Amino acid sequence: MNNPYFDLLMFARGPLFDLALLVFVAGILIRIVEILVLGRKKDFSKAKGKPVQQGIKTIFTRTLPRPGAIKANPITIVGGYVFHIGFFIAFLLFVPHIALIEALTGLSWPGVGRVIIESATVIAVIAGLALLYTRWKDPVRRKLTTWVDYLVLILSLLPLITGYVAVNKLFGDPTFMMALHILSVDILMIVFPFTKLMHAFTFAMARYYNGSIQGRKGAES
Amino acid sequence: MSSSPLLPKMMKAHGVSRRSFLKYCASLTSLMALPPAMAPRIAHALETAPRPSVIWLSFQECTGCTEAITRSSAPSLEELIFDSISLDYHHTLQAASGYAAEQAREEAMKEHHGKYLVIVDGSIPLDEPGFSAIAGISNLDMLKETAEGAAAIVSVGTCAAYGGLPQANPNPTGAVAVSDIIKDKPIINVPGCPPIPMVMTAVLAHYLTFGIPDLDELGRPKAFFAESIHDRCYRRPFYDKGLFAESFDDAGARAGWCLYKLGCKGPTTKSVCATVKWNDSTSFPIEAGHGCLGCTEPDFWDNGGFYKPLSAPAGEYRRMGQAALVAGVAAGIGGGYLAKKNKAKAQADHETVDAFTLEKEESES
Repeated sequence: MNNPYFDLLMFARGPLFDLALLVFVAGILIRIVEILVLGRKKDFSKAKGKPVQQGIKTIFTRTLPRPGAIKANPITIVGGYVFHIGFFIAFLLFVPHIALIEALTGLSWPGVGRVIIESATVIAVIAGLALLYTRWKDPVRRKLTTWVDYLVLILSLLPLITGYVAVNKLFGDPTFMMALHILSVDILMIVFPFTKLMHAFTFAMARYYNGSIQGRKGAES
Repeated sequence: MSSSPLLPKMMKAHGVSRRSFLKYCASLTSLMALPPAMAPRIAHALETAPRPSVIWLSFQECTGCTEAITRSSAPSLEELIFDSISLDYHHTLQAASGYAAEQAREEAMKEHHGKYLVIVDGSIPLDEPGFSAIAGISNLDMLKETAEGAAAIVSVGTCAAYGGLPQANPNPTGAVAVSDIIKDKPIINVPGCPPIPMVMTAVLAHYLTFGIPDLDELGRPKAFFAESIHDRCYRRPFYDKGLFAESFDDAGARAGWCLYKLGCKGPTTKSVCATVKWNDSTSFPIEAGHGCLGCTEPDFWDNGGFYKPLSAPAGEYRRMGQAALVAGVAAGIGGGYLAKKNKAKAQADHETVDAFTLEKEESES
């Protein structure tokens, strides 16, 4: 006799995770290495400013919103911050997640208690839903949005929701819920390299590039 | 054994007072999540119910289940209840051996046909009958033959309930659980490696008093297997606070912090270990400083390693990760050069067009 929920959990932790890891790591590397190998045309002009310095500076300065951006799009900007911070608190400070990262990389750090993790999760989910709503509500953004954008946002929210459900033993068998949680992460890892989620790894490169171009021209960035 | 005296007489002989017997019935009642008013009914049933004939079959097992039930704190009431059933056949406990033993089983089957209870511990090998046989009868044949006239079957221990250790990968004997073979009889699974003695006797008491208990989807009595060990664990507050032991002898382990990172399977294991406990409610594995192995769940030997945290991947992730690193970089370099080549080719193939040619093309078309 088998427990189908347990079998699903073992599939999600076992073969599917292995596959997801392969696609995730290889996919990210392919895209980053490809960008680096492709390179840029050499610029023979004499630099008017400090491209390297300004490139590095831009990596950090673009973390803050442009003046007036919060006023123009409050939900997008604030919701974006809240979602990212909440997501990373839940992802990187919950001890079972640290145990996973330790198993993969050998790196470990202390976690925080359930109150912080669960509050961060709930706030991140609310922020994510707000982002989804504004994207759908604003006619301009709606025109600009493809189905992949909706998919990516929903797939990013699913691990938070299923994780909360699993830890709090809501809706049915907790083993099944934990299996669904890991399954949702596996799927997120698989779609990661092929979608805009890649920004998590390319943002620094892109910001440096933009900053250094402007720096070379002696312009602000 | 069928002529053994009724329970009250045996209690007297063992110096067990009626008060402690009623206390035991009350605790059984609460253990089985029954209303308190049921306690006298259980006491009455245990004292007066005609004791059913029980045939205990031991197949591919380690005798740990029998050890657990017979070596509970002596003289325990669990043991008395166990003794008070009419145990007509049990390899380890019966005095008879060889032909006489088998005869006892056959006689019990004939005399109590349709009414006797079969208790099984151990899994059944299907690949080759010779892997496990008793008196020249294969386990499979003996189970089928004995189950035929049984009122119900109790699969004691994870081997009988789900295949257990003998079924662990690569399952050399083709071991299966009782429920994989017998489909037409009520089967109560009491998993555990071994099960808690009090749970085994409480299930017997329930069977004697009310019949088959409410079972979950894995055939386990809901009264004992409805909640996870994690939810009732005394170390749970440390899990909630984010305090975890990193090794078995660090300061956290000595302070009694949560054993999740050391591989505890409490969150996915359903049993009453944390509340009923073992050895006369003295302790249970987590209290002794070791994580739960998940022994009441199917396939617990193959569920990703006893010392691996539940959240850690269980498969070949290291090799996969290394392969992904190499393949990713190689494919990235290959893809990059291919794109470069395409770009160069596009540049080389680029044809220049002047106004004269365009005008000519236009007038031609």
